[in-house]
Amino acid sequence: MFQDQSEDTAACFPGFLFAAFRGSVKRPVFAPLGDILGVMVTNTVHWFRKGLRLHDNPSLRDSIVEADTLRCIYILDPWFAGSSSVGINRWRFLLQCLEDLDANLRKLNSRLFVIRGQPTDVFPRLFKEWKITRLSYEYDSEPFGKERDAAIQKLAREAGVEVTVRISHTLYHLDKIIEMNGGQSPLTYKRFQTLISRMDAVETPAETITADIMGRCTTPISDDHDDRFGVPSLEELGFDTEGLPSAVWPGGETEALTRLERHLERKAWVANFERPRMNANSLLASPTGLSPYLRFGCLSCRIFYFKLTDLYRKVKKNSAPPLSLYGQLLWREFFYTAATNNPRFDKMEGNPICVQMPWDRNPQALAKWAEGRTGFPWIDAIMTQLRQEGWIHHLARHAVACFLTRGDLWVSWEEGVKVFEELLLDADWSVNAGSWMWLSCSSFFQQFFHCYCPVGFGRRTDPNGDYIRRYLPVLRAFPAKYIYDPWNAPESVQKLAKCMIGVHYPKPMVNHAEASRINIERMKQIYQQLSCYRGLGLLASVPSNSSCNGDGAGGGPGDSSQEVSGAGMLTCPAPLNPRELICCLWLLLLLMSQHV
Amino acid sequence: MFRVLFLFHLRMKRRLSSDKENSSSSCEEQTEFFKRVLHPSGDSGDQDFSWAWLPQEILLRVLQCLSLLDRAFASQVCRGWNQAFHMPELWRCFEFELNQPASSYLKATHPDLIKQIIQRHASHLQYVSFKVDSSTESAEAACDILSQLVNCSLKTLGLISTARPSFMELPKSHFISALTVVFVNSKSLSSLKIDDTPVDDPSLKVLVANNSDTLKLLKMSSCPHVSPAGILCVADQCHGLRELALNYHLLSDELLLALSSEKHVHLEHLRIDVVSENPGQQFHTIKKSSWEAMVRHSPKFSLVMYFFLYEDEFGPFFRNEIPVTHLYFGRSVSKDVLGRVGMNCPRLIELVVCANGLRPLDEELIRIAERCKHLLAIGLGECEVSCSAFVEFVKMCGRRLSQLSIMEEVLIPDHKYSLDEIHWEVSKHLGRVWFPDMMHTW
Repeated sequence: MFQDQSEDTAACFPGFLFAAFRGSVKRPVFAPLGDILGVMVTNTVHWFRKGLRLHDNPSLRDSIVEADTLRCIYILDPWFAGSSSVGINRWRFLLQCLEDLDANLRKLNSRLFVIRGQPTDVFPRLFKEWKITRLSYEYDSEPFGKERDAAIQKLAREAGVEVTVRISHTLYHLDKIIEMNGGQSPLTYKRFQTLISRMDAVETPAETITADIMGRCTTPISDDHDDRFGVPSLEELGFDTEGLPSAVWPGGETEALTRLERHLERKAWVANFERPRMNANSLLASPTGLSPYLRFGCLSCRIFYFKLTDLYRKVKKNSAPPLSLYGQLLWREFFYTAATNNPRFDKMEGNPICVQMPWDRNPQALAKWAEGRTGFPWIDAIMTQLRQEGWIHHLARHAVACFLTRGDLWVSWEEGVKVFEELLLDADWSVNAGSWMWLSCSSFFQQFFHCYCPVGFGRRTDPNGDYIRRYLPVLRAFPAKYIYDPWNAPESVQKLAKCMIGVHYPKPMVNHAEASRINIERMKQIYQQLSCYRGLGLLASVPSNSSCNGDGAGGGPGDSSQEVSGAGMLTCPAPLNPRELICCLWLLLLLMSQHV
Repeated sequence: MFRVLFLFHLRMKRRLSSDKENSSSSCEEQTEFFKRVLHPSGDSGDQDFSWAWLPQEILLRVLQCLSLLDRAFASQVCRGWNQAFHMPELWRCFEFELNQPASSYLKATHPDLIKQIIQRHASHLQYVSFKVDSSTESAEAACDILSQLVNCSLKTLGLISTARPSFMELPKSHFISALTVVFVNSKSLSSLKIDDTPVDDPSLKVLVANNSDTLKLLKMSSCPHVSPAGILCVADQCHGLRELALNYHLLSDELLLALSSEKHVHLEHLRIDVVSENPGQQFHTIKKSSWEAMVRHSPKFSLVMYFFLYEDEFGPFFRNEIPVTHLYFGRSVSKDVLGRVGMNCPRLIELVVCANGLRPLDEELIRIAERCKHLLAIGLGECEVSCSAFVEFVKMCGRRLSQLSIMEEVLIPDHKYSLDEIHWEVSKHLGRVWFPDMMHTW
């Protein structure tokens, strides 16, 4: 299904021939023999999904080679748009990306064709109408993407259309990472890093599509192109745009490349490649932020990778860059790898890597969290920023995710995934679900002791509370002393701030101390059951390489252990139910396979 | 006979190795499987030997290996196996899962099964737990079952709230009357876990009156209706009590002295939760001499303390030596308090600090390494430690540190070590590969 045509083209496709390209770089170029004889015309369609860019777009580049016509398409269903779970900020970002793509294609005398409909309906029609012989698109590693692409490939085969697929959304061929790990996705980031260090070097980016590369390839454009194929407006998709503030994160490849330059300039100027220390400023949207652009593929992860490498070598006098330099890119890669063969990755039930937790179904609590009405200014400010701007800092994500799940509300991480899916510009199916499992300690062998305090964490990060005042103007006049726990402010202070807690701003929805006491105990019990650990320690209850066969494990359901356990846990002599047993054994197996 | 065992064994193995989500096949399939086990050669069967004559003891051993669901499938095979299904030995232990579809993602124990257990097996039950979700209906259902357990003699009872504690939402009298049914009828209760419930002093008196000779474990964190006097009455009379969990407001010098009286067995485990109910709350102190009496009486006992306090509420804690072994600070804790921990907790085994202020914890950690000679495990969340101080700490503790969980953010690079170097240095002192805990960035 997946064709990687990078190296041994000649061997695999004897009908193609090598030719030196116009550019200075020599690389294999293949063209149907018939075409060279002037018998056949090659009409190409490049299908944009992610990878909304002209730089480092290998499938697009390959598809242009020796083609007579090229049409770049994006398929969207306007009927679906309004009712989908994706919010207005994300749609606007996408439309801006498409506008930018169209503008850049115009410079090459081409255009973007936005096709309204569903891929399976659209393609058979297009193949016929445009006499298509070649279809190209970027490889999609996610389970539903793979399923969709398989269906389209089948349609293409039936229509006699050649399909070109290339990897460019991730640094590596994910299946190769999995193969290297014995057929299993690595489940710890450490293990993942070990595998990465053994992989072949990252492939160099493909050259940007220019007029030169387009060569004799043209795009047939009709007079009514804008009417039939123009990029739709938000209104056309059914969104109400009245009073919509301008985008904090403007979409598009052009913006992405400007930001990349700025990002590198700042790094060069700081000349420090360690992770920047957190401060109040890091909470705000930064003009050097890249995550939404990587998500939509406006920015190639490989370009970013190589530019970082170059910069590091330049500043650090040719010393080899450490893996930590690429942290932002590798985390993304880690979750794509974990998700690629797991269609249940965004669910708890039936998800083989997810610990089954008795989460509370609580729509009221969920709504308060999602709408920023928890009564904890730190949580509410973050959720407000997310809703308004579409991006929040990673520590802010930790804070709100912990609050919703294992920290305070004990609501399922699946609900958090849905809210981020709607609001967060850089939310990708794999990365989004993966980080929620991570943050709720539902997978990936995370220590769960670390419970973010919805008062103290914010106060530590931004002691003055300016961030709170920016996003929750109602609390603007509160003094810094009380701005993170305004319910503790004396009435006189509340009056002076013209904000009575419980009237103008809600009271806290939970007692954090009580909730975290209950929740940490629950997490401990669940993990102790999984790791068969019977000791008193909190840290040892999370299974890891060293702790699983530690003290007190074993202890079968004999009568002696039925009453009082050394663990101070009430033990029940019931054998684990099959799911728990499976989960437990699975964890053990994993531990063995994770052992470096 | 061995063939059956073997087949069951094989089946269990197959189930475990098969894909996890496919493990639950349809009922018919399951029953079919057991029928096939019964008549391996098809419907004719072997006239000389019938599997139905399998000795009960063997059958029992086999059924004990199976889950309830599988036992139920097996019971549909033949009359003999159906009778075996109801053997008392198979009903010693039961976990009632009480969930409502509106409030839980998990399945509930079927009402028919509950009915059957109450009718046929109540007297067989010995180890019972109730897992209830956040809905009041579930808590009520648990109480209804409890109040029908009149003919049983439980050894273990656990009331476990899997989400928001729902027993607290019940009318207190309703809950108490259900619970006392068990207390009165059981007479030999040994383990009782009733955290987050409205249990009160009078009901504890009933517990003591009926089960004082057998009670060994009592977990009752966050039971707001119990007073220090109520728990003291338990400690005074239940001399076999070995494990106890409660909130700090129930802890008193008298309680410690009662637990360390001559008549009392060695205490193994005491768990104390220190939770602030309202801001600026003042906490009482426990005398140094009471702790000393406790340690003299039970030299090996573990004292586990979980703190969920604001920084300014730590005033009375760690002023004197305290025999705490496991310490968890769920909220920000000051440098000062951690300094006192280093001075006054010589028995400390595990220390977990979720957060602290903005100044590095260098001297505090070094002092803890110096004075807490039994420390085996440490976890640091939102704290700051300079890399050199951290390496020094690890070097002093050496290989006995079996758990070392430090967020990457905690470590501040300094002139001696960068973040890349520190993992080598720490690994060297620990004698095993060590990395800080990573945090996802976007």
